[in-house]
Amino acid sequence: MHFTINGRGVDADFDLRTSLLDLLRDHLGLTGSKKGCNQGACGACTVLVDGERINACLALAVQYDGRSITTVEGLADATGLSPLQAAFVEHDGFQCGYCTPGQLCSAMGMIDEVRRGVPSVVAADMADGDIVLDHDELRERMSGNLCRCGAYNGIVNAIADTFAAETHSKEPA
Amino acid sequence: MSVIAEAAKKAQGAVQAVMKTAIANAPDGWIPGGVPDPLIRAKHGLVGTPVSRIDGPLKVKGAARFAAEFPLDGMVYAALAHATIPLGRIATLDTSAAEAVPGVVLVMTYKNAPKMAPPPLFMSNPKAVSGDNLPIFQDADIHWNGQPYAVALAETQEAADHATTLIEVTYDELPARTRFAEAKTNTYPGTFQGEPLLVEIGDAEAALAAAPHKVDVTYTTPRHNHNPIELHAATVRWNGDDLIVHDATQAVTHTAWSLAQIFGLKEEQVHVTSPYVGGGFGSKTLWQHQTLAAAASKVSGRPVRIVLSREGVFRGVGGRTLTEQRVAIGAQADGAFDAIVHTGTIGMTSHNNLPEPFIVATKTAYAAKTFHLDVEVAEMDMVANTFMRAPGEAVGTFALECAVDELAHDMGIDPIALRERNEPEQDPTAGTPFSSRNIVAAYRAGAERFGWDKRQAPGTRREGEWLIGMGCATGTYPYYRMPGGAARLTLTRDARVTVAIAAHEMGMGTSTAHSAVVADRFGLPLDAVTFDYADSKLPGVVLAGGSQQTASIGAAVIAAHRALVTELLKLAGNDSPLAGLKADEVAGYDGGLCKLDEPGRYESYASILGRANRDEVTVEAEAPPPLETQHWSMHSYSAIFVEAAVNAITGETRIRRVLGSFDCGTILNPKTASSQFRGGMIMGLGMALMEEAQFDERSGRIVNPSLAEYHVPVHMDVPAIDIIWTDIPDPHAPMGAHGVGEIGITGVAAAIANAVFNATGKRVRDLPITLDKLL
Ligand code: FES
Ligand code: FES
Repeated sequence: MHFTINGRGVDADFDLRTSLLDLLRDHLGLTGSKKGCNQGACGACTVLVDGERINACLALAVQYDGRSITTVEGLADATGLSPLQAAFVEHDGFQCGYCTPGQLCSAMGMIDEVRRGVPSVVAADMADGDIVLDHDELRERMSGNLCRCGAYNGIVNAIADTFAAETHSKEPA
Repeated sequence: MSVIAEAAKKAQGAVQAVMKTAIANAPDGWIPGGVPDPLIRAKHGLVGTPVSRIDGPLKVKGAARFAAEFPLDGMVYAALAHATIPLGRIATLDTSAAEAVPGVVLVMTYKNAPKMAPPPLFMSNPKAVSGDNLPIFQDADIHWNGQPYAVALAETQEAADHATTLIEVTYDELPARTRFAEAKTNTYPGTFQGEPLLVEIGDAEAALAAAPHKVDVTYTTPRHNHNPIELHAATVRWNGDDLIVHDATQAVTHTAWSLAQIFGLKEEQVHVTSPYVGGGFGSKTLWQHQTLAAAASKVSGRPVRIVLSREGVFRGVGGRTLTEQRVAIGAQADGAFDAIVHTGTIGMTSHNNLPEPFIVATKTAYAAKTFHLDVEVAEMDMVANTFMRAPGEAVGTFALECAVDELAHDMGIDPIALRERNEPEQDPTAGTPFSSRNIVAAYRAGAERFGWDKRQAPGTRREGEWLIGMGCATGTYPYYRMPGGAARLTLTRDARVTVAIAAHEMGMGTSTAHSAVVADRFGLPLDAVTFDYADSKLPGVVLAGGSQQTASIGAAVIAAHRALVTELLKLAGNDSPLAGLKADEVAGYDGGLCKLDEPGRYESYASILGRANRDEVTVEAEAPPPLETQHWSMHSYSAIFVEAAVNAITGETRIRRVLGSFDCGTILNPKTASSQFRGGMIMGLGMALMEEAQFDERSGRIVNPSLAEYHVPVHMDVPAIDIIWTDIPDPHAPMGAHGVGEIGITGVAAAIANAVFNATGKRVRDLPITLDKLL
């Protein structure tokens, strides 16, 4: 099977029961994506598939043959940090760092959803595509990513800081 | 216990008591911390500045390597099978179908496991770190519902997981003690840290009966699980007779020693590393999985990786046990306490020893004329309960601080005023002086910032469907420092220093905070310091537990630094501006040493080492025994303020505002310390509103062993949490600082319960405060 992972073509041959997460961690040595439950409950395994966030532990790798996958290792180039990664460090958006790759990938996918006007449960008007990423919207949309260290305030601040444009109303003045 | 053992224990107790009195009465100068750490006076260093985590970039890139991420050649994957009865024996066991699965390398049970000694139980020896002391895979006995009884090793995780489902097992079941109400009919007194969990001062029951005002109520708290997001894991291999373990542990040295006991090895034959731990909270110690991985590796001849499933964590790693606590307070009309009674029962197994010490905070919380504090143990057949963030204080402050609030309400006194009225001058049960206690200041600052004066009478503030209330409570956690701290310091001619100590990083920011401390001691920039840690081959026995790691590292580094400076002054000799000075008369400054009160007398490290023709100086030193904890009453404190909203229709509770006002000595790094405070408070929020490991009393089995059903706070549950602190150094602690890993969780559940009462007029005395209890 063939995947594009962090922009690189990868051929892999594996037990068909292998989850995308185990493919990444155990077979390809990409251990940045984490396993916190293997049940879809914690979000530590969140990766982007063609830009959309998914729980890699709930995905069979075979389903993603031919797709483009981005993990935390692909969020920045080899030398630096992406603006969101740098903001996580600045705002102390983690302690142990174990949930962090999932939080980062999830935030990237979440911002894209906001830009595409995908509503959330706290949206007052489901049909209104102009979403302002206020404190409640942001927290609701990130609630699939648990952090037992409780770095939630720092995570929210890092995301809000990085994506300041989304946190303000886009309506013309 | 035999008569002789009993007598020996009593004699030891008597010696301990004499020692204790001697230490309490000794002059301050004889005690570690008797002379304040000079670093407390230094004002312009890195200590106290919000330095970002040194390992932050590694963590956000996903490049920090955790226990299950060490690749080894020829490695196989492990999976466990767990028993489904609470007590009995395996009657029949058939592993043939499991062994036939393609890729399976080994199925190990008690029938083919190597001979191993029982694991050394936590606190049975200074380096013992096992959660229980049951033999592992040595017989057919089952001691709890969920006990591992088979390990499958396979070339892939999928094959190993599948194999465990094919093992056929039957049991001979025995009657088990799984009902708390029954277990409670036969209790015995708990002991903690070698002392009975019992305080009797005066006749508290009589004083309570005679008091004009009183509250006398019972609070209950359920089982909790730590649930760090990183699953417990280890990657192990044998190198001849030497065992190498990449573990996720809060105790590398302890784990190496304990595994050596189990496998009959010398301590130095076991090498444990654990550079990054994905959260621990008390759970990342020695449980069966590391031993099973090592044993299976030995039998199969292959390196092994074991990662517990989330269910496996609930089955095989203990959590906090349940408590039932009576708190009774008797008071005079002016609020002065005549009596404090805090007694009750906890569930524990016969193979571990942690009687959740819920009275510890009560020992020092308030002045009172009489005390009766007691923890009784009810034995149950279940997974061994263990230390979880602030063991004792987390649940004990819930009961005590709710009771204070109840009394204040009944008496029509502001709860903060009632607390101030009973502020003790010295430790109310030990009689020792406080080293540093500024809880009144913390309350005043917190109350003003939070707007406590806007609190209304219970049940009177409503916004639409939402009933709004405010509550507060005191949190507290002791300053501990365990014996055995040691560190090695190496200073090179290019003015770089390396610290080596077997300490841990589970998210506390250990290397960041302590690199800053070391840089300040040496008068060097942060990037001149390298911090080597988390390796059992390094000096020191340093548990990352009991919030003691900061003090342990601090005291070890002070000792090593002093030895290093002494050595440097010797090398400097008579040609140096520092000639004739002693270690206590100089300080690290600008890449060298200078006389404390005469900075002009200075020589750089490069110059000293250059003249002595040395490339480096290395010293290793041990911290002095932690006598300060017996000479002073040393604790951290917090005043927690909460604004809760309770939906009048659904009973749902939302936390709208939280403020923590802390008094924990010097804050070494405001950025990482704030995160620790918030993290603890969020776990307190979980404890208050949602967390419960549900134990089926018929089968002794935890029935919600997943993160989908054991609820922990998520982003949406957590408001912006305001943190302030007094920043008053504790003059008797290294750096003036206390560890802050545990204080955050204490007091929070009570503050939330008190806010819920203020919102609704309803007292919920049984955690968690779920909506059914408010309807
Ligand atoms: S590991 Fe995938 S959601 Fe927890
Ligand atoms: S940083 Fe530890 S779980 Fe989030």
